[in-house]
Amino acid sequence: MTLASAEIRRELMKGNEAICVGAIAAGCRFYYGYPITPQNDIPEYMSAHLPPIGGMFLQAESEVATINFLLGTSASGMRVMTSSSGPGISLMQEGLSYMAGSELPAVIVNISRSGPGLGGIAPSQGDYFQAVKCGGHGGYRMPVLAPHSVQEMYSLTMLAFDLADKYRNPALILGDAIIGQMKEPFVPTPYVPTVPQEKPWALTGCAGRPRQNVKSLYLKDNEIEVHNWKLHRKYRQMQEEEVRFEPYRMDGAGIVIVAFGTAARVSKTAIQWARKEGLPVGMLRPISLFPFPSREVDEAAAGADVVLVIEMNTGQMLEDVRMSTRHHDKIRFLGKPCAMPTPEEIHQEIRRLAGEIGVKAGNAR
Amino acid sequence: MKGEARKKFTREVFSRPKSLVDVRTHFCPGCHHGIAHRILAESIDHFGIREKTIGVACVGCSVFLYDYIDVDVAEAPHGRAPAVATGVKRAQPDKFVFTYQGDGDLAAIGTSEIIHAANRGENITVLFINNTTYGMTGGQMAPTTMLGQKTSTSPYGREFRNDGYPIKMAELLATLEGTAYSARVATSTPGQIRKAKEAVRKAFEMQIREMGFSVVEFLSTCPTNWGMKPLDAQQRVLGEMSEYFPLGVYKERRQADFV
Ligand SMILES: Cc1ncc(C[n+]2csc(CCOP(=O)(O)OP(=O)(O)O)c2C)c(N)n1
Ligand code: SF4
Ligand SMILES: [Mg+2]
Repeated sequence: MTLASAEIRRELMKGNEAICVGAIAAGCRFYYGYPITPQNDIPEYMSAHLPPIGGMFLQAESEVATINFLLGTSASGMRVMTSSSGPGISLMQEGLSYMAGSELPAVIVNISRSGPGLGGIAPSQGDYFQAVKCGGHGGYRMPVLAPHSVQEMYSLTMLAFDLADKYRNPALILGDAIIGQMKEPFVPTPYVPTVPQEKPWALTGCAGRPRQNVKSLYLKDNEIEVHNWKLHRKYRQMQEEEVRFEPYRMDGAGIVIVAFGTAARVSKTAIQWARKEGLPVGMLRPISLFPFPSREVDEAAAGADVVLVIEMNTGQMLEDVRMSTRHHDKIRFLGKPCAMPTPEEIHQEIRRLAGEIGVKAGNAR
Repeated sequence: MKGEARKKFTREVFSRPKSLVDVRTHFCPGCHHGIAHRILAESIDHFGIREKTIGVACVGCSVFLYDYIDVDVAEAPHGRAPAVATGVKRAQPDKFVFTYQGDGDLAAIGTSEIIHAANRGENITVLFINNTTYGMTGGQMAPTTMLGQKTSTSPYGREFRNDGYPIKMAELLATLEGTAYSARVATSTPGQIRKAKEAVRKAFEMQIREMGFSVVEFLSTCPTNWGMKPLDAQQRVLGEMSEYFPLGVYKERRQADFV
């Protein structure tokens, strides 16, 4: 180890704050939002840290206004972010549909809580469908990234800005109350842009060029169909180029857990315990929920005895897992709506499944 | 007279504003959206700001603003133009930013966005076209629909016990501290058009001098959905509409005295 690498700077922060640090590192200077638990650390951090570096923090009168502030700032060619939780993200759906239709980039963070309705402030992954299938009208898609550590809250936020710009489309970070409030060290690696920063389509006044517009209305013959296919090609390209996942202890795993975010983080502990007992368990962790790592899930399912889907809801990603593979008979589900499954619960389930497939605990590695 | 001679002996007194695109509009005969468009284009020309202007179009009959006004334009969701304009202005405070909104857009679905943009003193200019109906969707009742007015969703006439009273936005917005300028104009006579131009220039000036939020409400016509001939529609504006929605300047900030 060189001296320099031994001195790698580490930060101790909450997940929500790491998102802010990542956004600022990625050049985001505009943040708009409306208060809601459990993500208030984000607007609080941005309101303190953006103005001193010449950025703009503005608290909106609602999430409806928020997403339209984003639309205007994005149309101006700037990187812009908001964050909220379920009820607020619901109010943004109209704006997200308009932004997808108008091909405008932005980063939206959902630190999700339990629902439906006012639900509760307990952590939840109940917004999976809304995030991944997209809750607004008209049929559009967004890259959805699911961090499972404070490090990823930082780095996936930077990635989300690049994906948003690459595809001229909103990108969403799907976290939850636990990953948002959890404090752990992370390394604030420098931001290295992977996309060009120029935005010739931005509305900056028509000095020296013809006027241009940003819109989603297409009324002339066939225009909207052509537009829909164009958008579709972008979503296809995302599926080809942006699948991200982590295989974890997949060597010889007869039991394959599929989990994302906090559920995946807890599963890692249970997997370590079970592996110590010699149980052949591993995990395929989707990092991008859209595009979903379907091929990888299918391959894992083909090689496994059972596939255990774990979610903090009553079974949403479960449908995408089923859609990814024909091995439906191998799929099991452990759901904890509105709470974090404990490592003990997951460990217990791994042992039960090991029994089901005829593997005994005890023969340590 | 030809060529040089023509140039020498004639004086141009009327021409198409530079910022108005030379195309036929889709507006119905007798519709005043076109007049408001022209006044808007003339005002942009007057201040020489075409190349630094960004407009925000609303959802309504005026959604095609970007086909008619020769400036950069963003299209907002129904009612959200003031929020979109806020996002543009915050990102580009040195640009001139305006919205152009109908009464359904501004006074119904977008009430929250307009009030809070005004209250923040958002340094933008709003052109508000009040034709007492939802023109684009076929003449349904709007919050500005007059008592007794028959529309496709108030077939027995608007009745206050059921639908409340027509809302007076120019007056309402004038009560907010952040509003620098609020006026109501009409465009049914040459004199009114002259006054409307003055009001729009004042509103532009407020933004250029960074005085805060400015709005001009136009009493407009929708002969198609009112079921009236264009001339009768003019008479309606001059008569019952102006009586209920009085023309005038409701707020005019003299200096940038707000913090
Ligand atoms: C969320 C939403 N609701 C409803 C509509 C349908 N809609 C389109 S234009 C319009 C009203 C337009 O009326 P106004 O704002 O008065 O403009 P005008 O056409 O009269 O100029 C409505 C309700 C829509 N586009 N979006
Ligand atoms: S429907 Fe009414 S508001 Fe729309 S263009 Fe025709 S007259 Fe004008
Ligand atoms: Mg109207």
